[in-house]
Amino acid sequence: MTRALAAALFALLVVAPLAAQAAGNTWLLSLATSAAITAIAAVSLQLVVGTAGLVSLGHAAFLGIGSYAVLILAGWGLDEAALSLPVAMLAAALFAWPTSWLALRARGVGFIMVTLAFGQMAYFAAGALAAYGGDDGMPLDRTPTLFGSALLARPLALHALALVLLAAGVLAASALGASRFGRVLRAARADPARLAALGFDVARTRLIACVMAGAAGGAAGWLMAVQSGFVSPATLDWRVAGRLLVMVILGGAATPAGAMAGAIGLTLIEEALSAVTEHGRIGVGALLLLVALGRLRRTA
Amino acid sequence: MSAGLLLVQTLDGVQLGLLLFLIAAGLTLVFGVMDVVNLAHGVQYMLGAYAAVACAGWTGSFWAALPLAAAASLALGAVLQRLVFRRLVGAGHLDQVLATFGLILLAEEGVRMVFGPAPLSLAMPPALAGTVPLFGGLRYPVYRLAVVAAALAVAALLWLAIEHTRTGMRLRAGASNAPILAALGVDVGRLFALVLAAGAMLAGFAGAIAAPIVAIEPGMGGSVLILAFVVVVLGGPGSARGAFLAALLVGLTDTLGRGLLDAALRVALDPSAARMAGPALASMLIYLLMAAVLAFRPAGLLPARGRR
Repeated sequence: MTRALAAALFALLVVAPLAAQAAGNTWLLSLATSAAITAIAAVSLQLVVGTAGLVSLGHAAFLGIGSYAVLILAGWGLDEAALSLPVAMLAAALFAWPTSWLALRARGVGFIMVTLAFGQMAYFAAGALAAYGGDDGMPLDRTPTLFGSALLARPLALHALALVLLAAGVLAASALGASRFGRVLRAARADPARLAALGFDVARTRLIACVMAGAAGGAAGWLMAVQSGFVSPATLDWRVAGRLLVMVILGGAATPAGAMAGAIGLTLIEEALSAVTEHGRIGVGALLLLVALGRLRRTA
Repeated sequence: MSAGLLLVQTLDGVQLGLLLFLIAAGLTLVFGVMDVVNLAHGVQYMLGAYAAVACAGWTGSFWAALPLAAAASLALGAVLQRLVFRRLVGAGHLDQVLATFGLILLAEEGVRMVFGPAPLSLAMPPALAGTVPLFGGLRYPVYRLAVVAAALAVAALLWLAIEHTRTGMRLRAGASNAPILAALGVDVGRLFALVLAAGAMLAGFAGAIAAPIVAIEPGMGGSVLILAFVVVVLGGPGSARGAFLAALLVGLTDTLGRGLLDAALRVALDPSAARMAGPALASMLIYLLMAAVLAFRPAGLLPARGRR
């Protein structure tokens, strides 16, 4: 069911440019692109939350680091995507490493609180970058080039890139989940003590998963900056992380395809509600509450 | 920095820390006793402040608004417990996150609909609107001292309740090992309901007494929630004593760090850059403190017994 829904929603993103062209509406394309980018972020978070069972509320930090990597590299005159994308991912991974190591030390629910706190720390750090607009952020002077060409400045090309990266991300995450590494993560979620007794280094395996998810989050942040042409601390707001987490949970948390479906689905629901009323968030809040209570009733 | 300024900042830090303690106390117990993640706890603080504004406008008196806001927070906590939190006990953390994040969106957007998105303010009661002289020609607002006194009084009551009543004893036992407590015949569900409602009241009360000295806006609960989480992690989940120590530590680190860092940056950077980077860097100090504590004492500074 989830898989069919995920496939249908992905197909929707693929045909979105055609619909946008038919309707003469560029906004539709940009919505589809941003849904795809958000889905990449959600898929990366799913590895930590679903597969490893570690509830993280700090994922917005990686998006922000990826975004700021574009801005900072552009400031140095380096606006080649083939360079800035790997740098964005590396920078996010380098932040994920020590913060995840510390968060993993706080047992159980502590992980949520500590990832949230480090996310907030990154948020304040971004606000301190006076040379890059401080709290207000800064627009990008120009879109990064792709191997010297100005291809990414075309919305359709960027949309295609986002879709390719999303598909690659879902496939890679699924393969990872089915691999020995993924099985160790899931087993550690079920019973870390037993797995440790079997000779696996649970903390190390989890740390690797967190760092990989951070790097992929950096890629999503890179895409966000390129799409919006603007970078600001708002990307690192904890509500962004909360929204991503909610998307993963709505997708069932168990599979990358589910996380993708949750991300695209929630983005569309939010858009639909905000088209009806300016207070659409109330509807989203009620929906989340009802879904949670409904899930509890079913399992009770 | 002069000694007088240092004193002012220490007082500010103590005041922030005590407010944080009122918010974190309920959070740490709910989390420690029932293992429930309550992201919506910051909402109680925000709603407390709005309740104070609404009640003050309605009754025309700050002193009437304060108990009314606390009572409203208690009632809301009890209602939410019946409708939502009761079902979250024993549920997975993901469902708890989903439900409480939904509550945040509902409450913030609801407040935005009723009161509008612009920040509100609440006038101080005239009796506390003045300042008192400190040495060195500095003056300190009476209201902030009153906040310190009120929060200390509540903290003392809470300490009495936790350390010297039967319910408090059960709470401490629950924080150490809830299943055994339940096996001994204690109704842990009722204990949880009590802690949740009381915690909501404490956070609402904190919001109400903070209302005259902060900008009252729908998002105000979020940043406070994160600080309260830091306090819970620093103090050790389930430990009210730990939360008290950690809250003061966080409050003092934030305000003193801000002042000292500002002075240091002014020496190192030009004034405009220092003004810009100072507050943001100072905001990071708390999280560095948390990182240090996690590295050396992952269970927190004063963990609940049996949780070391």
